Amino acid sequence: MSAHERISAAIRTANARGELALVAYLTAGFPSRERFRADLSRIAAAADVVEIGVPFTDPMADGVTIQRSSRAALAQGVSLHWILAELESMQPRLATPLLLMSYLNPLLAFGIESLVTAAERAGVAGFIVPDLPFDEGDTLHAALSARGLALVQMVTPVTTEARLTQICTRSRGFLYAVTVTGITGRSTGVPAEVVGYLDIVRRYANVPVCAGFGIRGREQLEQLRGHVDGVVIGSALVELLERGGDPAEWLQSLRGTHSD
Amino acid sequence: MSTNSEALQALIAGRLPDSHGRFGPYGGRYVPETLIPALERLADGVRTHLPASEFRQAFARELASWVGRPTALTYAGRLSAEWGAHIWLKREDLAHTGAHKINNALGQALLAQRLGARRIVAETGAGQHGVASAAACARLGLPCTVYMGEIDMERQAPNVGRMRLLGATVVPVTAGDRTLRAAIDEALRDWVSDPLGTYYLLGSAVGPHPYPYLVRELQAVIGREARAQFQEAAGRLPDAVIACVGGGSNAIGMFHEFVADHDVELIGIEAGGRGATLGGNAATLSFGRPGVLHGSYSLLLQNADGQIEETHSVSAGLDYPGVGPEHALLAQSGRVRYRTAEDTQALEAVRALCQLEGILPALESAHAIAGAKVWAAEHAGGTVVVCLSGRGDKDMPTLQQTLLAERP
Repeated sequence: MSAHERISAAIRTANARGELALVAYLTAGFPSRERFRADLSRIAAAADVVEIGVPFTDPMADGVTIQRSSRAALAQGVSLHWILAELESMQPRLATPLLLMSYLNPLLAFGIESLVTAAERAGVAGFIVPDLPFDEGDTLHAALSARGLALVQMVTPVTTEARLTQICTRSRGFLYAVTVTGITGRSTGVPAEVVGYLDIVRRYANVPVCAGFGIRGREQLEQLRGHVDGVVIGSALVELLERGGDPAEWLQSLRGTHSD
Repeated sequence: MSTNSEALQALIAGRLPDSHGRFGPYGGRYVPETLIPALERLADGVRTHLPASEFRQAFARELASWVGRPTALTYAGRLSAEWGAHIWLKREDLAHTGAHKINNALGQALLAQRLGARRIVAETGAGQHGVASAAACARLGLPCTVYMGEIDMERQAPNVGRMRLLGATVVPVTAGDRTLRAAIDEALRDWVSDPLGTYYLLGSAVGPHPYPYLVRELQAVIGREARAQFQEAAGRLPDAVIACVGGGSNAIGMFHEFVADHDVELIGIEAGGRGATLGGNAATLSFGRPGVLHGSYSLLLQNADGQIEETHSVSAGLDYPGVGPEHALLAQSGRVRYRTAEDTQALEAVRALCQLEGILPALESAHAIAGAKVWAAEHAGGTVVVCLSGRGDKDMPTLQQTLLAERP
């Protein structure tokens, strides 16, 4: 099974248990560099897929929480090189598929060819690049696809249907359906039109669909159930780590029980 | 090399940016997916309205009757005598609100109105684009929110008050480096939250396609006027044209009309700050490497990990780690030469222009004047047109602490 298939399979496995898959996000090296591998292991044990945020100085798609965690991580000297080295040193490898979420510039600075090799060596299954719309992504997509790694694409409620169909054919691992027009971390309900949009997205997608941006609790999960295959939990988890909470316990509480 | 000269030929022939928003390798559209429909709608609007006679007439009428165009071309006689070359000044400082920024702000506000925007957001560094946006929005009856870094609000305090008087909401940006770059990040975040109702009035020739093209087209009036005015006065073209470059809007507006004039040397002057060390300047074309920031692939001041560097310049308007993609191509192709002027040279240029010509230039524009001094020393008796992109009243807080502090 290729790396991108492992991501899809992990989501499908959760679905087979009757659960929404949990895709958990943490900013690498936040709250502290020393704790990174321990935090990652605990989160990976409780989540179905983990997104590791590569901090960037200018995170234009992110709200205050991830701006803050990114800045703190950078201040501690966290870099893409450091993250990949940390992951490579983790033995045994985590069973949960890992994605790197990074703005484009740190990836370009690393060099796309060396990045793919280093990512594979570190056990990374794919990438999410929020400032790389699919029309600009040919080079990265080709380099990752050649090694079976995923480039997860994003769609939003304002994406036109024509564009949606193109994006859906391109996404690997899963399709990231942004639930709000906005930045990460702002809590929202799930309005009826968003549910309608997710249903359309799911019709076109040939990989699992995960909803993200502003998802913070059980109530939203219940509203999304049946309309997506998984949810991405980002800012809320970062805030929990900031407060010193137990991420595994909290993620477990999100799963809860259900009636279907 | 051949690729460079091909790209330059395409640029001169008016074929750039291409359909992907590229100037050679530079440009493009690197934004979150949420902004793509808004950018496509903007690109459609630019294609439809910019060439339309209705838009052109409205723009020309407002430029003449409200902005006060054409701006003068002034022969700087005493400065020329002092520095040994003939120096002419394109007087964008005389445009309404005190800088070239108004050309772009007015043009984009007219476009926003035609696209049915409910509100305008803008970023500002020196405050000149913020003031211009606030004024244009007041003129057209559009609500305006301006994001401005906390540090810039302090050093350009007079402009904050002007924006508020003109009816804009000024939002201090406390995130990131608290200057222009953080203000752009924050304006983008605002726009992402309402991409179809909000119009983002970007102030420089940077950002995702179609902004670098749109801003160039709206600023090209500077070079068109200057070229015609100089020919009228001298019966020929100047030997050189000089403009300061931060994001690069006054420079691209000035250079565009001259790019095909191969005998005219084009020189961009970047902020050399305190010198060549990383973090000590904002001279992107001189010291930067290619990368992606704020939606386009261009040159950037960044570290080995691709993190954007903090910059320094005495001038808030040039204090930016990126530069417009068209400048990146003009630099790579060699058509424009980019040099730097340091803080001290810019301050000396302020003093010279005040004392010899009775003109207080903006600190940004003073970099171009400083560049003209160096050029004059190398080209005794030559003729140069300098874009005096704005006036310096807004810089009084900085000038009190520098030039004025040196005197009893």
